[in-house]
Amino acid sequence: MRHTLAVLVENRPGVLVHVSGLIARRAFNIESISAGHTEEPDMTRITIVVDGDERNIEQVVTQLSKLIDVIKIIDLTEEASIERELALIKVKATPETRSDIVDIVEIFRAKIVDINRETMVIELTGEERKIDALCQVLQDHGIVELVRTGKIALSRNPGAAKNKE
Amino acid sequence: MKMTGAQAVVNSLQKEGVEVIFGYPGGGVLPLYDALYDSPLRHVLTRHEQGAAHAADGYARATGKVGVVIATSGPGATNLITGIATANMDSVPMVCITGQVGLSIIGKDSFQEADITGITTPITKHNYLVKNPKDLPRILREAFHIAQTGRPGPVVIDIPKDVFTATIDYDYPEEIVLRGYKPLYEGKKKEIDEVAKALQKAKKPLLFVGGGVISSEATDLVRTIVDQYKIPLISSFMGLGAIEAKDPCNLGMVGMHGTVAANMAVMDCDLLVGLGVRFDDRVTGLLAKFAPKAQIVHFDIDPAEVNKNVSTQYRVIGHLRWSLQSLLESLEHKIDTKVQADWTLWLQQVQKWHQENPLTFKNSEKVIKPQYVLQELDRQTKSNAIVVTDVGQHQMWTAQYYGFHRPRTLISSGGLGTMGFGLPAAIGVQMACPQENVLLVTGDGSLLMNCQEIATIVEHQLPIKVAIVNNHALGMVRQWQRMFFQQRYSHSTFHNGGTDYVRLAEAFGAKGLRATTPEEVPQVIAKALEIEGPVFIDFQVCSEENVLPMVPAGASLDQMIEGVVD
Repeated sequence: MRHTLAVLVENRPGVLVHVSGLIARRAFNIESISAGHTEEPDMTRITIVVDGDERNIEQVVTQLSKLIDVIKIIDLTEEASIERELALIKVKATPETRSDIVDIVEIFRAKIVDINRETMVIELTGEERKIDALCQVLQDHGIVELVRTGKIALSRNPGAAKNKE
Repeated sequence: MKMTGAQAVVNSLQKEGVEVIFGYPGGGVLPLYDALYDSPLRHVLTRHEQGAAHAADGYARATGKVGVVIATSGPGATNLITGIATANMDSVPMVCITGQVGLSIIGKDSFQEADITGITTPITKHNYLVKNPKDLPRILREAFHIAQTGRPGPVVIDIPKDVFTATIDYDYPEEIVLRGYKPLYEGKKKEIDEVAKALQKAKKPLLFVGGGVISSEATDLVRTIVDQYKIPLISSFMGLGAIEAKDPCNLGMVGMHGTVAANMAVMDCDLLVGLGVRFDDRVTGLLAKFAPKAQIVHFDIDPAEVNKNVSTQYRVIGHLRWSLQSLLESLEHKIDTKVQADWTLWLQQVQKWHQENPLTFKNSEKVIKPQYVLQELDRQTKSNAIVVTDVGQHQMWTAQYYGFHRPRTLISSGGLGTMGFGLPAAIGVQMACPQENVLLVTGDGSLLMNCQEIATIVEHQLPIKVAIVNNHALGMVRQWQRMFFQQRYSHSTFHNGGTDYVRLAEAFGAKGLRATTPEEVPQVIAKALEIEGPVFIDFQVCSEENVLPMVPAGASLDQMIEGVVD
């Protein structure tokens, strides 16, 4: 089963390498990883999606906890939480197909962020499945290039992960 | 107080109570060596940085204190790697200070530059690259704290040359602020009570003692449990010495080269209580058939050890001094006479196994059997030396035939299995324990891997007695080839055969002795023990001997090979 982990770490150079390296050398499979700083300037939040059974996930969490720079790890899988990814999709767009694509973009509540004679760039934020769905539809027009971020997630709980027991 | 970065390092080492440092100078650490010139710290110059790392490791294993090693940037630092990985696998507290090229030329592939924090990340508990000279006191304070608390381990501090020469306002911090590092010493009482309840229900409990019992100084508490409740116990290689080998409850070492009784007890017990162990594959054999009838209890300070290899039903996270003390208190009210009667029956059963299946070998009057050498060393040192070993057959024979009765008396590379560990580690041990008899048991293969350190031993006139179990081969490799590779002895014998270990020792200025027949063995050992300085004894042993019993890799513990027919 896939688990979404929020890993709070000290904002130090190399910390992302430590975290990802540990997961890799312990032979756990990372589905996605994304990092950025937080409401506290000296704290970075890494969201990791890992696939594995309960024992595997327990090991990922306990092994990661051993890193001195890891402050806290929260498993968001069981919690009600908001999950988002961002995608930028460059799709072929001729004058004939453009309005078709605009329709699709509107249905998905995506955004057109760039346009030229041959292509358009579409931006979409949403859950993984929604982005997958848009990509599938756009494939009919020909996707030239595609970039997606890893998942980020935030609990709907009123408290902050850093204060969780 | 104003001082240079290098002086700040020396000052901090003194504040941490460091007495001996092992190391090797070079361009990147010259400012630090300049500062050491004026300090009272004792520095031991080894002949290779790997030797310095193992020496610091040996010092730490023998004392429980932090071992300190210094090396220069680039090749100096990379030469420490095997030593750091060895310490990491066996949870040895160490602080490694490496020089780095100047801040402005980091990342330019400068002369003698290597990314040491990058290289050591997977084999250290933590590491630092010091970029700001004023961080030095804090980082040294943190490094020593991290190395010796919780589950001990090595910490690397990489210091650029210009950080050593910068001037700072020195103030050694009292307080340590590490948000992400709070080892749990006192765990949950509930976990203890559950273990006590499980013990109460168990008819065939078995204690499994590991290296954690020794490093957490909890041997007296295990001793009390064994004395009070007469529960049989087995030991990992790293746990040897925690409880007296001759204790009637002690079945000896478990696993690949463990005793028949210890392995049978694992197969038959109904509650296996692991204390500071990590269920290494050399212990468990085939995981699916490990302790098949038992529920497993795991005591450890490192939560990541629980369920890493073996699935456990009960866990107790915390310092063993806290958890074993709590267990004793909890057991006091729970264990009744009926339970004790069951345990007595069980103890009788395993003791019978132990008596019926002792460790044996066929001695000879013509050729020296390596096991005989170990028995004789044990007899003449009255099982009371601190024994350092290298890695291979001699290491397992030492585990089997030397009687370890005190903690910290077997110093050996367990987890990583590092050949070349023994000689330099013995230096650290003898430095730490000048009054003790230090005995190094090594093989011809292992000795050659770091034989340059004989020079260090001679320079300091360390009275180490070195027993070379010389079978002219890489014995353990040869044994595996014999058993599992149809006797195709691919590159496992030293065909030159001409290395003369007596003359090797003498070339460095040590005393060399030789035994070629069984009757010379006791005399040569007696003579070596009489001589004051370092003595190397070349025991020309029979090269056909195998370490037995043996559980083949990946087999279950009841599939023991007890004899080999070619």
